[in-house]
Amino acid sequence: MAIKPRIGVFICHCGENIAGTVDVSGLAEDIIGYDNVAFSTDYEYMCSDPGQNKIKEAIEEENLTGVVVAACSPSMHEETFRGAVEDVGLNRYQCEIANIREQCSWVHGEDGDKPTEKALKIIKGVVEKVKRNVSMEPVEREHADKCLVIGGGIAGIQAALDVAEAGNEVILVEKEPTIGGHMAQLSETFPTLDCSQCILTPKMVELNQHPNIELLAYSEVKEISGYVGNYSAQIERKPTYVDTDACNLCGDCEDVCPVEVTDEFNQGLDTRKAINIPFSQAIPSSYTLDTDACLGLNPLRCSECAEACDADAIDFDQSSEYVEEEFGAVIVATGYDLYPKEEMGEYGYGKYEDVVDGLQFERMLSATGPTGGVVRRPSDGKIPENVVFIQCSGSRDPENHNSYCSKICCMYTAKHAKLYKETVPDGNAYVFYIDIRAGGKDYEEFIQDVQEEDRVLYLKGKVSKLKRVDEKMRVWGLDEIAGERVEIDADLVVLAQSIVPSKGTDETSKKLNLNLGANGFFKEAHPKLRPVESLTGGVFFAGTGQGPKDIPDSVSQGSGAAAKAIDLLSKPTLSHDPQVVEIDEDLCSGCGLCVGQCPYDALEINSRGVAEVNEILCEGCGTCASGCPTNALSLRNLTDEQLTEMIHAHIGD
Amino acid sequence: MPKNKKKIGAYWASSCGGCDVALLGLHEKILDLLDFADIAFWPAATDFKYEDLKGYGKNELDLTFFNGGIRTTENEEIAELLREKSELLVAYGTCAHQGGIPGLANMSEEVDLFDTVYKGTPTSTNPENIFPQESTKKDGQTLNLPGLQERVRSLDRVVDVDYTVPGCPPPPDLTEDFLDLLVKGALPEKGSVVAGTKSVCDECSREWNRETIDELVRPQETEIDPDKCLLDQGIICMGPVTRSGCDGSCPEANMPCKGCFGPPPEVEDQGTEMLNSLASVLQLGEEGQALEQEKELLSDLPDPIGTFYTFSLSNSILGGKVSEGGENDRT
Repeated sequence: MAIKPRIGVFICHCGENIAGTVDVSGLAEDIIGYDNVAFSTDYEYMCSDPGQNKIKEAIEEENLTGVVVAACSPSMHEETFRGAVEDVGLNRYQCEIANIREQCSWVHGEDGDKPTEKALKIIKGVVEKVKRNVSMEPVEREHADKCLVIGGGIAGIQAALDVAEAGNEVILVEKEPTIGGHMAQLSETFPTLDCSQCILTPKMVELNQHPNIELLAYSEVKEISGYVGNYSAQIERKPTYVDTDACNLCGDCEDVCPVEVTDEFNQGLDTRKAINIPFSQAIPSSYTLDTDACLGLNPLRCSECAEACDADAIDFDQSSEYVEEEFGAVIVATGYDLYPKEEMGEYGYGKYEDVVDGLQFERMLSATGPTGGVVRRPSDGKIPENVVFIQCSGSRDPENHNSYCSKICCMYTAKHAKLYKETVPDGNAYVFYIDIRAGGKDYEEFIQDVQEEDRVLYLKGKVSKLKRVDEKMRVWGLDEIAGERVEIDADLVVLAQSIVPSKGTDETSKKLNLNLGANGFFKEAHPKLRPVESLTGGVFFAGTGQGPKDIPDSVSQGSGAAAKAIDLLSKPTLSHDPQVVEIDEDLCSGCGLCVGQCPYDALEINSRGVAEVNEILCEGCGTCASGCPTNALSLRNLTDEQLTEMIHAHIGD
Repeated sequence: MPKNKKKIGAYWASSCGGCDVALLGLHEKILDLLDFADIAFWPAATDFKYEDLKGYGKNELDLTFFNGGIRTTENEEIAELLREKSELLVAYGTCAHQGGIPGLANMSEEVDLFDTVYKGTPTSTNPENIFPQESTKKDGQTLNLPGLQERVRSLDRVVDVDYTVPGCPPPPDLTEDFLDLLVKGALPEKGSVVAGTKSVCDECSREWNRETIDELVRPQETEIDPDKCLLDQGIICMGPVTRSGCDGSCPEANMPCKGCFGPPPEVEDQGTEMLNSLASVLQLGEEGQALEQEKELLSDLPDPIGTFYTFSLSNSILGGKVSEGGENDRT
C-alpha cells in the first residue's frame, strides 16, 4: 500500500498581480479541506528566498510528499520551485505549478468572486495531478566524443579550431580540394583592408597542424544518421590521384598536362590544367587530378603527369575511401554561392565578358589572381577607365529575384571601388545603389572615406538598361537625388551579385533533418535567442549557410557554434528530462502510427514488434500518446488517469 | 460420462442469429461439449419455453451464451431472467458485447425505423399504414407484443456480465478456447473479454510504411495490394482500434477490418480513436487549410457513423442520436 499523499499548497500573491484579483488567504483556507492537502499557506512573493524557504520548511515539518505552487506560468518559475524542493530532498517532479496568474487573475480582473473560484479549481486540478505523480530521475545517455564540421570556409575553420582547442577531436570535411572557402578568393577585406589570404592562411595552417583535427578535403558526408550526441556518418574521400605526403609541389605535372579547363578558383577568368592546385597556399598542400577534365584514367589515355613527377606522387589506382565515424556534435558551415548567372536576365551578366561579378573582381584585384592584381577587363585586357558598380544585383528584388538583402555587398562594393581607384587613380568609379547599409563597426566611416577621399561617385538609383556599344558597356540609369537620367560608357561593369545558400544546402538539410527558411538558408532554432542551434539536437550552424554575413560575423558564429558543441561534448553524459512517453508492451500492437506521428523521430518499432522510445529524443509533446489507437503509449506524469482526474476537479464532480 | 453434468443455456436477443449458428460451427467439437454439459435452454436449437426457464432455480444453469443486444422489453426481461438463473452469463458475439449492427438504429427514432421497415423499403407494400402495436384488440382478444426501447443497449448495460466472447460472429477457435478454459476450470478473472489484449494490427501480416495518404478509397473502388497495410492504401481499416483475437482474418483475406471485436482494453470509444488514427496519416497541408482539406477527404466517406461505429455505436460515448426531450437528452 502506497503512502497516502500529503500535498502542500503554496499560494503566491505576486504582489498585486494575483492578490489584487484573487482572495489568496481565502484560497489557502478553502484548499486545506481538499483531499490529500495537508498544508497550505500564502505569501507575497513565493519565488523570493523567504518564499522558497516557507516551502522547504513545510516539506520538512509536515512531511509533504508533493508541492503545488499556485503562482505564475510554469515557464517562469517551475525550475525555481523544483530546485527548492530538491534542496530538501523531495523529488523535483513532485512539485507542480498551478498557474493562477496568466490563466486566471490577469484575465479576470473585473469578475468579482469568480477569479477566486476559478483559482481554486485550477489548484484542485493540479493537486489531483501531483498526488499521482511518480518520482523520476533524469534520463542519462552516453555520447560520442568527436565533433564533425561540415565545410572548411572561415566559419568552419574557426569552429573546428575552437572545438579542437578545448580538447575535443574534430573531423572537418571539405568538398573542395582545399579549405579556405570564398575568403581565400578575396583580395583585401573591408573595412581594414587586411590582405585576405594573409589573415586566413595562418588559420588554415593552424588547422592542418592541429593534433586534434583531422582534415578530410575533397570529401563529402554521404550518410549521417542518429541523434544528439550519437551521430554516425559515412564520409567519402574522393581520390586526388596524388599522394599528399609525397607531392613536393614542384609543379612539373601541371606544366606537362595537356588539358586546360576553366579555373573555378579564379571564377572563370583564367584556365587551369586537369592536374592542379587551386592556389599556392592551398591546404592540404598537394595537387589534385580532376578526372572530369583529364583525358581519361580508365583506360589511361595520357600519363604525362605521372611521367613528369620525380617524386612518384601520382597514383592512378587510387579510389574513393569511406570513413565511418561516430560524432557527438555536428557543425554545419556549408557557406554560400553567388546567385547564378542563369537566373539573371538583367545587366548582361553571363552575356558580356566585361560584366563581372564581385568575386571575379576580387580575383582581378588579388595579387595572386589571373591579372596579378592589375585590373584588366576580360574582353581585351585593357585597364578600364570607367567602372560601373551595380549594387543589389539579384537582392532586394522580391518580384524578380531574392527579396532579402545580401548584407555584405554595400561594403565590398565600396572596397572594390576604393581598391580600383588605388590602382587606377585617374579612373572613374560609379556606384549605383538603392540604400547604403553600413551597419558594422567602422563601416560607415569606410563608406564616407570611399565617397569623399577616393571620390567614388555614388548614384542613388537603379540601372534601367545596359548594352554593349562598340567597345564600351553603355549603362543607362537614374540619379534619383539629382532627378536626372544618367548614361555612362563603362569599360567594365561589376555586379554586387546576391548570395544564396551553397549548392549542397538542400541535400545537407535532408540528411540532417534540418529546416530551411523561406530563402533556402538554414533555419535556426530561434532567430534571436538560439541563433547557432538547429532544431535537431546537437547540430549547430556557422557562417553564411544560415544567412548572409560578413567575415567577422561568420567567425563569431563559428566560435558560437563551437561553444555549443564544446558544451555538449564536455559533459560526461547527456541528461534529458524524464517526462517522456512510456510504452505498455502488453497493449502495443506495433501498428507504427506513432512512428509517423512523432515530430522528433524518437519512436521506432523494435525487433519484438512493439514501439520503443528513444528517451533522449522524446520531448514529451504527447502527440503519440493521444494518437495511439490502443492507448499503449502514455506520458509520464501526464497519464490519462491524471488528465481525467484533473478535468473532474475542474468541472467539480 | 461425468456424474454431475453441467447445464448450459443459449439465447438469441436482438441480433441476426449468426451467433447461434456460430455455436453450431463448433462441428464435432459440440459433441465434446455435450459430454460435459446438457443443453438446458436454447430456443433456437431445442424446444424450450420461457416457462421452463422460469422453473429453474437461481444459478441452476452453469453457463449461458447470450447473443444479441437489448432492443425490446422482451430482450431486457429475458436478460434479467437469465442473469438470475445462470451462474455464469456470457455476452456472446458483438451485439451482446457492443450493441452491434442493430445499435446503428440508435441514429433513428422509433417512428422513422417503423416507417422504413414497414413502409419505406422497396419490397414493402403497406397502403393502409399498418404498423406493429404493443397491444392490439381483435375479436375481444388482446394481443401483446414486446415494446421497442428508445435505444439498443449491450448486455452489460442491462445486467452484470461475467465473460465476453467477441466477434461477429465469434470465430469457432475463440469459442473452443473459451470452452476449453471452462472445462479445465481455468477461466480468467470475471469481467474479462476472452480474446487478445492488443489490436488486430498485432496479428496482421501486412507491411506498413506510415507515409501519409492523400485520398480515401473504398475497397470496391481499388485493386487492393495484398501485402501493404490497408490504411497506407487509403482504405479505412479498423484494425488499429479493434481488439485482437481473430488472427487478423479480414485483412488476411484482403478486406479491411470492420471492428467487430470492439475496442482494445484501454480504449473507450472505438470510432473517435479511429478518427484520431486517421488524422495522423491523412496528408493535410498548411495550418489553416487543414480543416478544409480534411472535410474534402472525409466527404469521400458516404457513411461516417456506419464506418467508424459499425458495431460499437451503442456502447460509444456518443451512444446514438440525441433527440430533443428524449430519454438521452442531457441538456
